[in-house]
Amino acid sequence: MKPETLLLLSMIIILMPLLSFTVIIFSQKRLGQAGGVVGSIFQGLTLLLTIVVSFTKLTTYADAGMIQQTIEWFSIGNKSIQLGLGIDNLAAIMLVVVNLISFLVHLFSTVYMHGDKRYPRFFAYLGLFTFSMLGIVLANNFLNMYIFWELVGISSYLLIGFWYEKDSAADANKKAFITNRVGDFGFLIGILILFVNYGTLMFDQVYAQIAAGNIPYGSGAWLSAAGILIFLGAIGKSAQFPLHVWLPDAMEGPTPVSALIHAATMVAAGVYLTARIFPMLTADAMIFVAYVGGITAFLAATIAITQTDFKKVLAYSTVSQLGYMVLAIGVGAYTSGFMHLVTHAWFKACLFLASGSVIHAMHESMHHAHNHDMDPQDIRNMGGLRKTMPLTYTAFLIATLAISGVPLTSGFMSKDGILAGTLAFAELSGHWLLPLAGFGAAGMTAFYMFRLAINAFHGEAKTDIAKHTKENNWRIVGPLLLLATLSISVFYAWNPFNAGDGWFHDRVKAPRTVVPAEFQFDFMMPLEAEHGEAVMAHGEEAHSEHAEVADAHQGEEAHGGHHAATKFEEQMHHAHYPAMIASLLIAGGGILFGFAFYQFKVFNADNLANLIKPAYKLSYNKWYIDEVYQASVIDGTINLGRVLSWFDLKVVDGVVHAAAWIINKASLAVSFFDKYVVDGMVNLSATATGFFGAMFRKVQTGKVQAYLAFTIIAFMIILFIVF
Amino acid sequence: MGLFELAFYSFAAIILISALGVVLSRKMMYSAFSLLFTFFGVAGMYVLLNADFIAVTQLMVYVGGILVLIIFGVMLTQKITGVDIKDGSVGKLSFAVGGIMSAFIAVFFTMMYMNVDWFLKDAPITDSTITQIGKSLLTEYLLAFEVAAVLLLVAFIGAALIARRESN
Amino acid sequence: MGIGLEHFLIVSGLLFALGIFGIITRKNAIMVLMGLELILNSANLNFIAFARYGGLNIEGHIAAIFVIILAAAEVAVALAIVLNIYQNYKHINVDEINKLKE
Repeated sequence: MKPETLLLLSMIIILMPLLSFTVIIFSQKRLGQAGGVVGSIFQGLTLLLTIVVSFTKLTTYADAGMIQQTIEWFSIGNKSIQLGLGIDNLAAIMLVVVNLISFLVHLFSTVYMHGDKRYPRFFAYLGLFTFSMLGIVLANNFLNMYIFWELVGISSYLLIGFWYEKDSAADANKKAFITNRVGDFGFLIGILILFVNYGTLMFDQVYAQIAAGNIPYGSGAWLSAAGILIFLGAIGKSAQFPLHVWLPDAMEGPTPVSALIHAATMVAAGVYLTARIFPMLTADAMIFVAYVGGITAFLAATIAITQTDFKKVLAYSTVSQLGYMVLAIGVGAYTSGFMHLVTHAWFKACLFLASGSVIHAMHESMHHAHNHDMDPQDIRNMGGLRKTMPLTYTAFLIATLAISGVPLTSGFMSKDGILAGTLAFAELSGHWLLPLAGFGAAGMTAFYMFRLAINAFHGEAKTDIAKHTKENNWRIVGPLLLLATLSISVFYAWNPFNAGDGWFHDRVKAPRTVVPAEFQFDFMMPLEAEHGEAVMAHGEEAHSEHAEVADAHQGEEAHGGHHAATKFEEQMHHAHYPAMIASLLIAGGGILFGFAFYQFKVFNADNLANLIKPAYKLSYNKWYIDEVYQASVIDGTINLGRVLSWFDLKVVDGVVHAAAWIINKASLAVSFFDKYVVDGMVNLSATATGFFGAMFRKVQTGKVQAYLAFTIIAFMIILFIVF
Repeated sequence: MGLFELAFYSFAAIILISALGVVLSRKMMYSAFSLLFTFFGVAGMYVLLNADFIAVTQLMVYVGGILVLIIFGVMLTQKITGVDIKDGSVGKLSFAVGGIMSAFIAVFFTMMYMNVDWFLKDAPITDSTITQIGKSLLTEYLLAFEVAAVLLLVAFIGAALIARRESN
Repeated sequence: MGIGLEHFLIVSGLLFALGIFGIITRKNAIMVLMGLELILNSANLNFIAFARYGGLNIEGHIAAIFVIILAAAEVAVALAIVLNIYQNYKHINVDEINKLKE
């Protein structure tokens, strides 16, 4: 397959979900319950194409860098705005993640959403969402990415608020949208800084210019600012502290949506963006990114421990894991971070779909028992589901093991890499808080995930409803099992204790930083001196408008095995085993505590909660972040509004009234003048016109012949005068 | 007197006599039929002037179209065909005024045409003018031609709309 | 004397005068239209005469064609109006149609 064919197929991959959206949205009535089938077929075809494209990219063109094609959209003055499509290894893997999960969610939804009154519309929105996400994945410039970024925003808005009759859903989608706006604004400013300075938004051209020493306004601070501002977009989309508040609320959407958007793909967009801008992150920006990630990972993990809503626990664990990925990229463990994105996508989608399966089963059971008051999502109402829903339980357990970082699972490998990265980073730079947050979060993750699993699936059923649940059919369970299977480590590397040997680390290499040495950690700089020319070559090639194979230098380095390119990678390699042992101990401890508390009741969780009541409260109330926002941002805005309204009422209105009074008096004078002088003149002219009109009216007989006769008489008179 | 002259005078006579018939006849039907002869005469004049295409057009459009339309108009606005339209009519005054005016115009035009020293340039004699007319219409006068087409369409739609009986 | 431009022009002039006479003296709208047709024909005759003798050539013919087109459109609309008037007034005497005057 030629690169051109690959790009063409990618184009089709992007457009297929859009087609699905268009077809379904315009024939909702006609399709009815067939909408799900149509959507699934479209998504299935997209998935097949994706597998072909990604497989080709990852095998034949594995070392080819980014294959891309760009066309000019329009130009302003001498600056041209371009549209483009680019596929590199990162995008190829991401394509599979997005499309496979989207397909499974389609399949799952045909059962889960069955009987919903807006059933076809749901699939239309899923198509729109997939389209936007694929656009982000395949963008080769910042503008494209931003456009699709916003499209993802709007489609998630539509999906979260799918049941907009519920006030909570309507509030949640507004919250998600507005919170994302804050981040997107930073993203836009970052893009504009780059555009003003470089006149182009192509990834490769921008990086080539930075590598050539041309930094914004000649200052490293501006480069850091650009990186951080663009990363703000990722903070919003990937639910990083302090903009993470929307994600748990977004669980108001249908559960398949939670699986698709809030676990696997949309939130991954932020991490994907961070990975894309990785080369241009300066030392300051990296520290910023790493701390945001670390804080998020730790904070969300503490919150997840005490939540009782099934989906809320999963939501906070998502936030926590996303924090991990961002942390990884921030400390330079690029490959592990992206790997965690992929592995997390599988097991988190599995967890969410399993929760959907449980909730669906609980609903059915409630329906049979004619009980409509209970909360089917509260884990305190579950228990014992292991026996009634064995397949769901199996899938859930595997995914739980994976997220906890138990060996032989994918989660172990990726998380291990991240922790090794943070350790190495801490040793080289002295930021020891980062590994601390990472390990702490890892332990808590293991603990709360097993808390969830044990509460929901083990022990005796706590309610009759839970006792009478039934396993769902294959369209729900099938996706679960497939996703659970993908959470096993062999799919990424043969050696379960060393991800570095696997194909994943071979295909996804951390790109070389392009930031000038004085603004970057020296341990991030390449050890060889070839860096400069390599990037230059890359930049020159990228100007061609044809599909081409740029970035060839990356491939040459890719075969180096463990010949680390930077000091950091070397250090990370050394930190590998200590990190692994530490993480094993911590995860094991977390699991152990989980069992001790909830399965064997060695300790009583309630007593402990009472013992450390303030901490418990803090966690249960999500660190009061929503309340802080309420008090600061929202009430602040409202109070500012009040002040403005007061100002408006008293001062502005006062001035307006005074002006009105003056004008009123003045107008009285004018009206006098108007009445007698102006009107007099007007009346005079009217009278005169009337007089002449009456006179000439005699001539206007309305008879055509008379007019003709007059014309001819006039003609005759003229003739007599002239001759 | 050559054949050309003979033809010319015959046609001129037809035109003028039938035109007189048009304006003087007391029955509208007679006027309409006189008009037919006038049109024929003018078409003959066109032939004498080497304007074959215009002559044919004159016959087709005027005789075949406009005249038929006029006759329809006459018949539709009379309760019984053939009954003299009570034109109430040609009052003495208007008859006198019209007569004087048209006599004046006739005399004036005749005098003018006789006395003006015309710039004369014979048109080249060709077999047929159709080719040239066709070329001109589709090149130099294309826009006017298209506009005329639209005008006709609009006029006919408008006519149909106006003549439609109001449905109460 | 040979037949020249003047002869055709004179015929056209007389035709024009007759058309004017028809328009002025008749009250019936259709008769007025007929007078109008005479005038248009006389104009056309002039165009063609100048095309033949006055160097106007094919342009004269084109003008004549447009005059014919115009006449067709005019007659169609005019007769439609006449019919409409007839429906409303039961007569078509142009000098009695003066509702707009008041």
